[in-house]
Amino acid sequence: MRYASLEVGMIIADGKPIQEILAMIASYQKIVLAGCKGCVTVCSAGGEKEVGILASALRLARQAEGNPIEIKEISLERQCDTEYLEPLRRDIDGYQAVLSIACGAGVQFVAEKFRKHPILPGVNTTFIGVTEEQGVWTERCQSCGNCLLDQTGGICPIARCSKSLLNGPCGGSKTGKCEIDSQVDCGWQLIYDRLKELGQLDKLEKVMPVKDWSKSRDGGPRKRVREDLKI
Amino acid sequence: MKSGSHLEKILTGGQFAVTGELGPPKGADVAIIERKAKLLKGNVDAINVTDNQTAIVRMSSIAVSALLKQMGLEPTMQMVCRDRNRIAMQSDIFGAYALGIRNILCLSGDHQKFGNHPTAKNVFDLDSIQLIQTVKKMRDEHKVLSGDEIEGPPQMFIGAAANPFADPFEFRVIRLAKKAAAGVDFIQTQCIYDMDKFERFMQMVRDRGLQEKIFILAGVTPLKSVGMARYMKEKVAGMEVPDEIINRMKSAGKEKAREEGLKICVEQIQRLKNIPGVHGIHLMAIEWEEVVHEIVERAGLLPRPIM
Repeated sequence: MRYASLEVGMIIADGKPIQEILAMIASYQKIVLAGCKGCVTVCSAGGEKEVGILASALRLARQAEGNPIEIKEISLERQCDTEYLEPLRRDIDGYQAVLSIACGAGVQFVAEKFRKHPILPGVNTTFIGVTEEQGVWTERCQSCGNCLLDQTGGICPIARCSKSLLNGPCGGSKTGKCEIDSQVDCGWQLIYDRLKELGQLDKLEKVMPVKDWSKSRDGGPRKRVREDLKI
Repeated sequence: MKSGSHLEKILTGGQFAVTGELGPPKGADVAIIERKAKLLKGNVDAINVTDNQTAIVRMSSIAVSALLKQMGLEPTMQMVCRDRNRIAMQSDIFGAYALGIRNILCLSGDHQKFGNHPTAKNVFDLDSIQLIQTVKKMRDEHKVLSGDEIEGPPQMFIGAAANPFADPFEFRVIRLAKKAAAGVDFIQTQCIYDMDKFERFMQMVRDRGLQEKIFILAGVTPLKSVGMARYMKEKVAGMEVPDEIINRMKSAGKEKAREEGLKICVEQIQRLKNIPGVHGIHLMAIEWEEVVHEIVERAGLLPRPIM
């Protein structure tokens, strides 16, 4: 047995509103609803359980419209790895489209591998984050490609400051909260508190230089190659 | 002289500076700018032109600054990091200088959430401290950020903001020191109502000797009403209004609110004049330019020096 959810990074997603999904699939009578046992299972957005719930909701809604739909439910080990897409290959031919509730990477990878079928997204992929408590997920990383957590007490200003400031906090930080919302922590207050605990406040005296955003998505789509692992 | 701007001459000449503020119109109506400019003329040494403040779309700060220059007034062009990347900002700094603008105020910028386009994408390629570094590099090293040589460096007098009332309080002077280290020439503070806290901040500034390296202009905003005082206290990020001020505005009642607001403002200026290390005031009469002359006169700061 594989524990895929424990092996992968945590990409958080959120189910799309059912009306939006119904509009997306309005012209189909037979679809596959494909979940993913990776990150979206952990964040309760696109796993086996959500496949079942969403399929029932869609069937009921379509029935009520007098336009029933047949939905084949399937949950793949992962949608971002070719080998795990095989079970879908067995079923897909009898259906008009695939509604995937994996993250955006999964949806696209399925679309690349199954060229004859429209592949539709059933979730909004939101961020890379953590399970802060049961039922609460929060953002931690923007995958900027150039980690600077050693300088900021292990708290990322790119992801956690609303303005991604490298020399914060700005003038909008009040009682530990961000100017955009009194429920949002000021990332730089967190950094300040952490560095104070570590006895490293001197790190905040240094001007952090202009960032090289070319390692981020600003430099175009990214690719990682390990020649030693290629077959 | 770094820029030869009027404001730089006032400050380096040891005069107590008075700067004002002009919010550009939400449209292309030049008459609005002319009306506000007339009210400020002769009462302030330079006029800050805000850059889409609170993220509401207005005429660009560069255009309004150039118009003020044509009207014979000295602008301080505000520039925020929210809307432009390093390419656009450096390009606009060249353009601003070519149009006769000599003062720039480098700011992070209010988050777009507050404005009339909350669904916009923000930029923040640079932050305000990195923008200071950038302008200084352009001015002193004659290079853009990438290191390429400049054909005609923009000789700007470089400003930035400081908010002594944001948190964490102990960090505020560190942030100011960072701005000084980045190469800022002058600082304008957030509106001050809590004078005691500002005095504590200035003590920390003097402990680090920052007042010797940079010019500090203390921000003041006259209160129109008790409602405005409460709004500033509760709704404006990083603003502190002591109960004493709110009570004074409340006691004055509707009839005497204007007079009480001006009186508080003039008293604040008198006190600020006596704080060591304060080199001037930045008078932000938000959509109330009519009272600028009276405040500056009553504070004993007229006539403004001709340099």
